[in-house]
Amino acid sequence: MIPALGLLVGLVVGLFLHPTVPLALQPYLPIAVIAALDAVFGAVRAVLDGIFNDKVFVISFLSNVVVAALIVFLGDQLGVGAQLSTGVVVVLGVRIFSNVASIRRHLFHA
Amino acid sequence: MSQHPDPTRPPEPTPPAAGTTAQGRPLPPDSPAGPEGPAGPVGPEQPETVGGWHRLRLMARPRATRANAFAALLALVLGFAVATQVRSTQAQGLESLRQSDLVGILDNVTQQSSRLDSSARELQATRDQLINGSSNEAAALKAAQQRLAALRILAGTAPAKGPGIRMTIEDPGSKVTAPVLLDALEELRDAGAEAVQINGSRVVASSSFGQNADGLEVDGTTLHPPYRILAIGNPQTMGAAMEIPGGISETVRQLGATVRVVQDKNMVIGALQSPRAPRYARPLPAPTPTQ
Repeated sequence: MIPALGLLVGLVVGLFLHPTVPLALQPYLPIAVIAALDAVFGAVRAVLDGIFNDKVFVISFLSNVVVAALIVFLGDQLGVGAQLSTGVVVVLGVRIFSNVASIRRHLFHA
Repeated sequence: MSQHPDPTRPPEPTPPAAGTTAQGRPLPPDSPAGPEGPAGPVGPEQPETVGGWHRLRLMARPRATRANAFAALLALVLGFAVATQVRSTQAQGLESLRQSDLVGILDNVTQQSSRLDSSARELQATRDQLINGSSNEAAALKAAQQRLAALRILAGTAPAKGPGIRMTIEDPGSKVTAPVLLDALEELRDAGAEAVQINGSRVVASSSFGQNADGLEVDGTTLHPPYRILAIGNPQTMGAAMEIPGGISETVRQLGATVRVVQDKNMVIGALQSPRAPRYARPLPAPTPTQ
């Protein structure tokens, strides 16, 4: 409940503060957001599986974000940043889909 | 970061669903759907029906653990990041693009601009052509119409109006001959007559004067006295030309006829000649367009 409230508060604050993304972070923020979303869905699924662990969630959240940003950074350095970003987004999207499917099975048995 | 089991969790976790993920070791929370895959069959009917929602409710209960607070903080950061990213995507300019994308965009813009340039040049050329062409055409048409009007007056195929003189020759004794009439016409032309009519006949360059048993004839039409000659031109000049000593008036008077010349500011010559197609002469094609 508290993390959900935190998410809402963060959304509202971001909407009202009009923050500008620093130039250096601009290629990485969208990827990091998607990686974090993946971690969140994975956490929900773990809750439903009965194996949720706060520590694992925090670490997986941070490592997801860092690794995703790192991959994109590496891709940028290698000259394949756009392709690698697409690849990361695809992989994370697939994971989100599978996690959501698992959540759906738990909650709706369908 | 406590590793001990969560106090709010039920002491005995519900047994795992048969056929779902292997539960031997704790899966990382973000692992994919496990061996059966996201779209795989669920397997046999899940025995625990309380499971999902009950667990969610338990987990949603506020807990004052450090980990929960940290998770809340992360969620807050995530929400902030999502809002920021959405904002910046909506207001996205070129500054967030990669160098290769920028180069591609620049190339596209350059190509498009050169395409538009050439297209603009073509359209300008077409426009100039059209303007010139239409003005040339209009000028040519105007010139041609002026020439047509002049030629129609000369050829006698159009009625004419303007200042001129009316000359009436009373010839009771029928003394006036065709050469005299021809002299009169020549005198008028010398004086600048532009359109001439004798009685009902328009006199043009190809008109012929003759004499038959009934009297004079012009272009095959017999004339009966009195002869009325209408001439459009400068009235003073033509009137003076008629009256010069030894001129046509004197000649006619010597023949015993009378001449009366009246100047008129507004005369209409309505008699027409029907144009005759030349039998032998053919127009030479103009070397350049009429201008």
